[in-house]
Amino acid sequence: MRAVILGCGKLGSRLAEKLSAAGHQIVIMDRDREALKQLGPKFKGETLAGSAFIEANIERIFEVQVDVFIAVTDKDNVNILFAQWIRNKFKVPRVIARIHDPILAGSYRELGLETVCPTNMALEAIQSMLKV
Amino acid sequence: MYIIIVGAGKVGYHLTKLLLAQGHEVMLIEKDKNKFAAMMDELGDSIIYGDGSTMETLTEAGANRADAIVAVTGHDEDNLVICQLSRMMFFRPRTIARINNPINEETFWSLGIDATVSATKLINAIIQEQVKAHDMLIPLLTMRGGDVEIVQTYISAASQVVNKKIKDLVLPKGTLFISIFRGEEVLIPKGDTVLLEDDQVIVLVRKVHEGVLRQILIPPGGDRKQA
Repeated sequence: MRAVILGCGKLGSRLAEKLSAAGHQIVIMDRDREALKQLGPKFKGETLAGSAFIEANIERIFEVQVDVFIAVTDKDNVNILFAQWIRNKFKVPRVIARIHDPILAGSYRELGLETVCPTNMALEAIQSMLKV
Repeated sequence: MYIIIVGAGKVGYHLTKLLLAQGHEVMLIEKDKNKFAAMMDELGDSIIYGDGSTMETLTEAGANRADAIVAVTGHDEDNLVICQLSRMMFFRPRTIARINNPINEETFWSLGIDATVSATKLINAIIQEQVKAHDMLIPLLTMRGGDVEIVQTYISAASQVVNKKIKDLVLPKGTLFISIFRGEEVLIPKGDTVLLEDDQVIVLVRKVHEGVLRQILIPPGGDRKQA
C-alpha cells in the first residue's frame, strides 16, 4: 500500500513508523521541519517539510497512485480542508481525517469523509472502564 | 438582511461597519479575546466572542436566521469549515469565503461555497493591470462554483467597442453589463448606452466565455500606450 500522511505529531509519526515497518510505502509531511525529528531511525519512507515545499511537491507525490491519504495534524480544520482537497483533486480512493470535535466529525462523516474522533473514542473507553 | 461575519481582522471589521452603516443587521464573530475586547465598546451588540467554525458559536450568533455568512479569517481552513458547516446545519444561508492562498480556490468551488473572494488574486490582477495597462479583465468575484465571474476592465481608445451601443455588440450568452463608471458618474447600462473611451465597466460573464469577452472589449495586443 502507498500512503501519504499529513502531520507528524505523536499520532502521525507513530503511524508512519508502524506502516513503514509493515512494508508499506509512506510519504509523511509536516509544515514544521522540527516535527519530522520525531520519526525513528526505522522509518524508511519519504519526508516533506514546510508549507511552501509541500505545496510545490504535492503534484509529484500524487503522480504515483496513492491508496490512502491520512490527515492527522493537530488542527481539525486543516485536516478537513486537506482531506477534501486531496480527495477531489487527486481522486485518492480513501481519505481519513482526524477530527477532535465530535459535531464536526459527525457532519463530515455524513459528507463522505472517513473520520476518526479521538474525543468520542476516549469517551467510549472511559465509559466502558467505568462500566456505565 | 442579517449577515454574520466571521473574523474581526481588518476585512471583517471594516465590512461590519460598512454593512451596519447601510442599515443591515450584522454579527461579527471573533475568537481572539483581545481583539474582541478592543472592539466591544464600538460594536456593542454586533460582536460576539467565540470560534466561528463551531456549531455552538454559529448557533449563538443566530446562524439559523442569517441571510448570509461571510468567512473572512486569515485561515483558509477555518473559512472553509465555517461555510460548509453553515450550509449543512442551518437554513442554507448564502456563504461567502475569503481565500488567502489561491491554491485553495478550486477546492472551495468544488465544495459548494456560493462565492469566493481572493485578495491575493485581486491584488495580483491589479499589479498586472498597472504593468500591462488596459489589456486585461480583473476578476472581482467568483460565483456558482467558478462558473460565473464578475470582472472589471477599462475601455481603451483602440477598443472596437468605443462609441458603440451595448445592444449592437455581439456578446456571449449570459453576459451582462452591470455598471459603468464614467468620470464621477455611475451608470446603469441599458441597450442604448454608448461605451466611451476610459469607461470602467463591470461585467458579469460565464467563465467559459471570458476569452471571447476579452477579445470583444480589449484590442489585440492590449493598449500599449504609455500612461
